[in-house]
Amino acid sequence: MRPVQGGGAMLRLEKRPSPSRFWQWATPVLAVLLTMIAGGIMFALLGKNPVEALRTIFWDPLFNAQFASYSRPQLLVKAGPLILIAIGLSLGFRAGIWNIGAEGQYIMGAILGAGVGLAFYPAEHWFIFPLMVVAGALGGWAWAMIPAILKTRFNTNEILVSLLLVYVAQNILASMAVGLLRNPEGGGFPGSRSLSKYAASSNPELIAGTGMHWGVVAAFVAVIGAYVLLQRHILGFHIKLAGQAPRAARFAGVNPQRLVVLCMGISGALAGLAGLFEVTGPAGQISIDFNVGYGFTAIIVAFLGRLNPIGILLAGLLMALTYIGGELAQFMLGLPAAAIQAFQGMLLFFLLAVDLLTNYRVRLAARKEAA
Amino acid sequence: MTATELLRVEGVTKAYPGVVANSDVSFAISEGEVHALLGENGAGKSTLVKMIYGLVKPDSGRMMFRGQPYHPSEPRAARAAGVAMVFQHFSLFDALSVAENVALGMENPPPMKELSGRIRAVSTEYGLPLDPGRMVGDLSAGERQRVEIIRCLLQDPKLLIMDEPTSVLTPQEVEILFKTLRQLSAEGTAILYISHKLEEIRALCDEATILRRGKVVATCTPRDVSAREMAELMVGATLTPPARAGTPKGEVALEVRGLSVASPIPFGTSLKDVSFSVARGEVLGIAGVAGNGQDELLLALSGELPAPEGAVRIAGRDAGAIGPNGRRAAGLVAAPEERLGHAAAPDMTLVENALLSGLVRKGLARHGFIDWGATETFAAGIVKEFDVRTPGTHVAARALSGGNLQKFVVGRELSQAPTVIVINQPTWGVDAAAAASIRQAILDRAAEGAAVVVISQDLDELLEIADNFAAMNEGRLTPVRPVQGLTMDQIGLMMGGAHGMEVAHHGH
Amino acid sequence: MFGGIDPSLLIASLIVASVPIILAAIGELVTERAGVLNLGVEGMMIMGAVCGFIAAVTTGSAVLGFLGGALGGALLSLIFAVLTQFLLANQVATGLALTLFGLGLSSLLGQSYVGIKPPLTPALPFGPLADIPFFGKVLFSHDWVVYFSVASVAAVWWVLKATRTGLVLRAVGESHDAAHALGYKVVRIRIGAIVFGGAMAGLGGAYVSLVRVPQWTDGITAGAGWIALAIVVFASWKPWRALIGAYLFGGITVLQLNLQVAGARIPVEYLSSAPYLITILVLVIMSSAKGRGGRGKVALNAPASLGQNFHASR
Repeated sequence: MRPVQGGGAMLRLEKRPSPSRFWQWATPVLAVLLTMIAGGIMFALLGKNPVEALRTIFWDPLFNAQFASYSRPQLLVKAGPLILIAIGLSLGFRAGIWNIGAEGQYIMGAILGAGVGLAFYPAEHWFIFPLMVVAGALGGWAWAMIPAILKTRFNTNEILVSLLLVYVAQNILASMAVGLLRNPEGGGFPGSRSLSKYAASSNPELIAGTGMHWGVVAAFVAVIGAYVLLQRHILGFHIKLAGQAPRAARFAGVNPQRLVVLCMGISGALAGLAGLFEVTGPAGQISIDFNVGYGFTAIIVAFLGRLNPIGILLAGLLMALTYIGGELAQFMLGLPAAAIQAFQGMLLFFLLAVDLLTNYRVRLAARKEAA
Repeated sequence: MTATELLRVEGVTKAYPGVVANSDVSFAISEGEVHALLGENGAGKSTLVKMIYGLVKPDSGRMMFRGQPYHPSEPRAARAAGVAMVFQHFSLFDALSVAENVALGMENPPPMKELSGRIRAVSTEYGLPLDPGRMVGDLSAGERQRVEIIRCLLQDPKLLIMDEPTSVLTPQEVEILFKTLRQLSAEGTAILYISHKLEEIRALCDEATILRRGKVVATCTPRDVSAREMAELMVGATLTPPARAGTPKGEVALEVRGLSVASPIPFGTSLKDVSFSVARGEVLGIAGVAGNGQDELLLALSGELPAPEGAVRIAGRDAGAIGPNGRRAAGLVAAPEERLGHAAAPDMTLVENALLSGLVRKGLARHGFIDWGATETFAAGIVKEFDVRTPGTHVAARALSGGNLQKFVVGRELSQAPTVIVINQPTWGVDAAAAASIRQAILDRAAEGAAVVVISQDLDELLEIADNFAAMNEGRLTPVRPVQGLTMDQIGLMMGGAHGMEVAHHGH
Repeated sequence: MFGGIDPSLLIASLIVASVPIILAAIGELVTERAGVLNLGVEGMMIMGAVCGFIAAVTTGSAVLGFLGGALGGALLSLIFAVLTQFLLANQVATGLALTLFGLGLSSLLGQSYVGIKPPLTPALPFGPLADIPFFGKVLFSHDWVVYFSVASVAAVWWVLKATRTGLVLRAVGESHDAAHALGYKVVRIRIGAIVFGGAMAGLGGAYVSLVRVPQWTDGITAGAGWIALAIVVFASWKPWRALIGAYLFGGITVLQLNLQVAGARIPVEYLSSAPYLITILVLVIMSSAKGRGGRGKVALNAPASLGQNFHASR
């Protein structure tokens, strides 16, 4: 046993025989509480009233009559892409395949999808939007295939490649916004034609006042699909097995290379879809900075949800809340935007920190000298 | 005894949550004495020596070393006092050289050049030749053990602890090791020798302390008592050897021809032109010192390591290029040596672990969707039939003791009505009673007409259950010979003799 | 100033451009040699960049700025150390968290420092040496950090190869169980390596904000931390190769800037992608190069316990 010094007594970690089911669900809640405390301290250090700041972030967007009518629909708008991307990432993370370049796949999905749509401009056909959806998924999938193929063929680290490709995707986006996809009637300003105002390509709010759009629908479908896959299907079992015990997975007949291609492909396609739905709906057009880092925040969402589909659904909503609440706090209290980013990072830290309670018992033992 | 006392252990107790590893243990060793610590797996031998070596602190009790109170807080302190230890599972670093490995085990190592010279000198003096510049990962198991021993000897120890040193050696290498140890003992170094191999202890040790469930149950002079008496003290019961009927052999069920594959394991051993065949009802025992290609052979037979087409035939059909599930469908089941992480996923439940390899032959999924009900029934059946001690089928595999998990893993494979069974180290780390029941189950399947390949480092086990015998040596397999009429000498030569070590001792 | 391509100027600026990556890579190399995979290099660098900038501006001393940067990186890495070494959190996830948190916190800390000029870090006075044609420009026209970065590579190489500390560090990275059995303090050694990695990354970050750019803007390190991680793999965990890798990368960056300024016909966006694409290409080549036994060289040279957590059981 390795002792951890702590005051006059020692904290000892003791591995549990079986993972604790209670802590599996309790740790995210505990992490959120700890983050609120630490975040409160951070806000206090920034000269803000911590209680007011926390209330503005977590309560007002939902229940303050003045803001709720605007904020509540935003919850789904922001949670949709986060959940969609996080579901894809979680499958890979479960299998020990670390795609952290979802931001790039998100961008490429948006570009390819938008490109297909704009190619038909100004024709109006029913099939344009579905075709764009397919192209969006394809764009994200293809971008994720680069690290996947390099990993399976050359054993290249997928973490680094997928991440480096985000920078490349950003450069391609910049080039598209000022070049190929630029609105010819836009007076030379960067950015494409508005996709949301072009009926054939728009992704409208489906039920007024809810924020529900096709991307949110896709996110819910992905949650259900992932749940069934992981609970009932042999492929889901193999994904979990490969992540927990790679050698046992090979013994069970899992082909690790196929799993890499599959998991990277799914996560890339879902990220591409999220990008497409964003650019045709809430963002409205391809612009140089339409992406706001959902691809990275989704990593936090995936972990906060414990890589569990239902957990990710809840975590996505919570994270969306911090975005909206953060904007509100920025507007109401002058809280810097970066504070929210740090706050989200802290949430992930606390989650990782308390995670060990699931597999370990922490015991307080009086310091003992060897006899 | 006229010799001066070196180490005295008095009333030492050490408890872990749920287990008392050592309870009120006392014994003493004199200078130059070879003292055996004897007991089954889990009897508390390892914990006891870890306390002497400073890796674990006792809860109560005291130790005296050379007349002084002795309670090392860490291995460094133990080494400084003159206690050295050769580990059961090696404490070596594959990617470092012999000299670097030796330096890591010393308090104040001399510069590398000088150290290399001293390694050469000591290794020839004790008949353990070793090249200080070689990478440890490239050494054989016997050579790796020499690194550990030399690392200890360079410290000039008063007490040398050896934890199961012969499990990785051929019979010839064991002889050489014993010569070295006797030489050390004659020079005044005491040796604490941990083993459960009784004949070895009778051949080597002056005194023995026998542990059972953490307690000292007896002390004796091994030369004066029979192996059988010691075994019964150790186990606390009388044991019955497995019963077997002389089964008539059927047609060939597994045929391996010219199998050569590169090892996927870093510093592993590639298989070179391995050929053999096993008939229905036959048990083929494959012996060999650890690290001579046994793990690779299991991987190549289970299908985890792709083999060339035509190299492996199951029931007459080519299975060379087929993966694990294809081979299962063809009737072959396999049980790897490593239970946690290879044969079973540690954090998954027994039900999930039953699904892991039972999927194909037990038909546990339809259109890819898992039938959890049937899987549960399958798992519960294994637990019942193989007497797996567990609170239920929904506990994680890692919660089971080594022996119980082994029974589950072997039981899982044997419960699939296989045509061919391949098992690596079926009873490694399992207590005697459980080992006997596993062996019996294997023999029962053979009697029912399965072809069985048992890979094991335990020669006694192989001689007990196998009809035919072969050995692995540096990735090659010797010709198969009937067990009947084999002598220990012949077996030793099949396992590769002593890798040219005799010369060193003879020259001494 | 990049208009006409003067080779000596090109090499000189290549050397300067590589400094942040060298520093971060050599720190991460030590961390990984101890068996710890810290993917938070980017986060530690940017913390170093902002802390270094703040320290330099408040004290008016560039040297104190660099110290502040090292401290900032080290403090952030300490969070990683506690999470992974005591609380046994997954190293990949914790590294990512470190980067996300570092990006947020740095922009929070730096918001009132945008648009300020930091104190200057002058070139070392080499006197007449600096006037030697070509070599003067290439070798003797830099600030102290440039020489420090090369010296740190040499020092790390020497420590790893020839000292006991280096041997123990490598042993811990190779097999923490064996090192523990011999009585080495695995956790303590790893924490030391992590904090060293953090301090070096912070130093590299400070060089970006104090010399390379020199000012504070959000996300100023622009992926340099990830490049540093890639370079450690490229170098097969060998210090001098990391230096070569960093110079190679610096060369591409400088060349790419030169081509942009020279008005090459390739669009700017594609030129800016070049360093990332070439890093990927080099990773592919290194990962597929066959070493002994036909396995990938990278797989063979990687510290055997890289990324695995250690928890001593009985």
